[in-house]
Amino acid sequence: MTRIAVLGAGHVGPVIARLARDAGFEVAIAGSGSPEAIELVTQIVIPGAEPRWATDAVEGADLVVLAIPLHKFANFDPALVAGKLVVDAMNYWPASDGIEEMFEDRAHSSSEIVQRRLRQATVVKSLNHIGYQDLEDARRPAGLPERRAIGVAGDDARAVKVVEEVIERIGFDAVRLDSLSAGRLLEPGSPVFGALLSRTEFEQALRVKAA
Amino acid sequence: MATPPTDAVKFPLVFGLDTFGDVTNDANDRRLSHAQTIRDLVEEGVVAEQVGVDFFGIGEHHTYDWPLSAADVVLAAIAARTSRIHVGSAVTVLSSDDPVRVFQRYSTLNAISNGRAEVILGRGSSIDSFPLFGYDLADYEELFEEKTNLFAELLKGGPVTWQGNTRAALHNQDVVPHTEFGPFPAWIGVGGSPQSVVRAAHYGFSLMLAIIGGSPARFAPFARLFQQALQSFGRDPLPVGVHSPGHVAETDEQAREEFWPRYLQVITHVAETRGFAIPTKDSFLYEIGPRGALFVGSPETVAQKIAATLPALGANRFDLKYGMGGLSHEALLKNIELYGTQVIPRVRSLLE
Repeated sequence: MTRIAVLGAGHVGPVIARLARDAGFEVAIAGSGSPEAIELVTQIVIPGAEPRWATDAVEGADLVVLAIPLHKFANFDPALVAGKLVVDAMNYWPASDGIEEMFEDRAHSSSEIVQRRLRQATVVKSLNHIGYQDLEDARRPAGLPERRAIGVAGDDARAVKVVEEVIERIGFDAVRLDSLSAGRLLEPGSPVFGALLSRTEFEQALRVKAA
Repeated sequence: MATPPTDAVKFPLVFGLDTFGDVTNDANDRRLSHAQTIRDLVEEGVVAEQVGVDFFGIGEHHTYDWPLSAADVVLAAIAARTSRIHVGSAVTVLSSDDPVRVFQRYSTLNAISNGRAEVILGRGSSIDSFPLFGYDLADYEELFEEKTNLFAELLKGGPVTWQGNTRAALHNQDVVPHTEFGPFPAWIGVGGSPQSVVRAAHYGFSLMLAIIGGSPARFAPFARLFQQALQSFGRDPLPVGVHSPGHVAETDEQAREEFWPRYLQVITHVAETRGFAIPTKDSFLYEIGPRGALFVGSPETVAQKIAATLPALGANRFDLKYGMGGLSHEALLKNIELYGTQVIPRVRSLLE
């Protein structure tokens, strides 16, 4: 696992790309337009990453982080990530962003709805519940007591394991949730959403929420 | 003595106060009316000038707790009673406003104040204005991009020809009142999006970094990006400012004790719509420490933190967002007095 593509160059994407670069991954990033449009941003804010068109960024990537605004997901082409491992870092958050019909299906977690549309990809939910402003400050080497936890939820055990390794390498303890459906526990409104918690506190909060 | 980055251009240090007009409480901790809060706010702006503050800004909101929906009217009242302090928005939610009206209102304020008006444009991280004025949140990117573009055209002065999707086109339109001495200062408030930084540079607006959580130093690449982007667009360097929340009292302990319960209450209240976690005493103490975004404490503590933050970001301006729902008008006046008479001179002595 060496190449990561980040789709989305807004608030969240560049921070994830930067952490991945710092952890030694090869990183390509794509915004909604041309590589030229994000060249300067990439050069200064994510040194070492490559600005690409989305198609080029995804090609050859072992893992694709989806960090686009959720309201743009309805126009996202599923073929772009066919056969790929996709980390869904997006949130359905009507109180903040307004209502999206596709995600009003409350019987399913938002990542299950993403998976349903990206049928040929393997979707894992992660990196969505921690504020982008905290990601950079909060990372710590393994073993330090103040290291924080990030949840990883998915149906495909192998994919989940790959994402857990990435989370661990960028500086967080990965906490596994064993289905995309359980990814609901990482959504807005959950006690872990927006909070910075140690592994123990995180697991405790999930248990309370699940009960 | 801090050393600025070698390629930094020295702009003069500027110290402002920003408020969202948080509704204040009386001596018995009862809520005051919106009307009284607004009258008190005018007095706060006047006092800010008396104690030596350079800028007084009001942030547009549309909620019960933040009733400052018509900031420019309040700023005009302050302008009429002052002679030196700059007055402006912090921020104007441009996405849900009409750039023509924003220009007209602030150009009028600029006339009233003899050239002391400024405007800080924001895309709007609180969303109340979108449904109120009939805008769809899903369009906020396009709204802000187009309206920023139009505002830049209006600011140049002279007849404007413009066409877009978000408002009626303008054909060689004269928009009044004209400014006397060219464009008034315009800033773009940026929270965390590097592309917003590039946009500010593209249109030649100054950069106001809204740092409301986490380490201020994290924004250093944004300031570098801004100056690089200006260069790539063939523009001269422009000022960079920092807007952060805080509270100044006589001692660290008093500042913490006054601010913490109000902060807890306000953040808890907006947590759901803004995505903030409910603060804990620990997270609060972290935020008021050297690696956090809150400027809470005695004049010396706050001055030291500002003096450390500005050079780290290549910034020359600091706006303290003072006030937090439920604090009293008297506590706010004390905050303003200490900021003007002690914090500002101390930061100047540390940096100049």
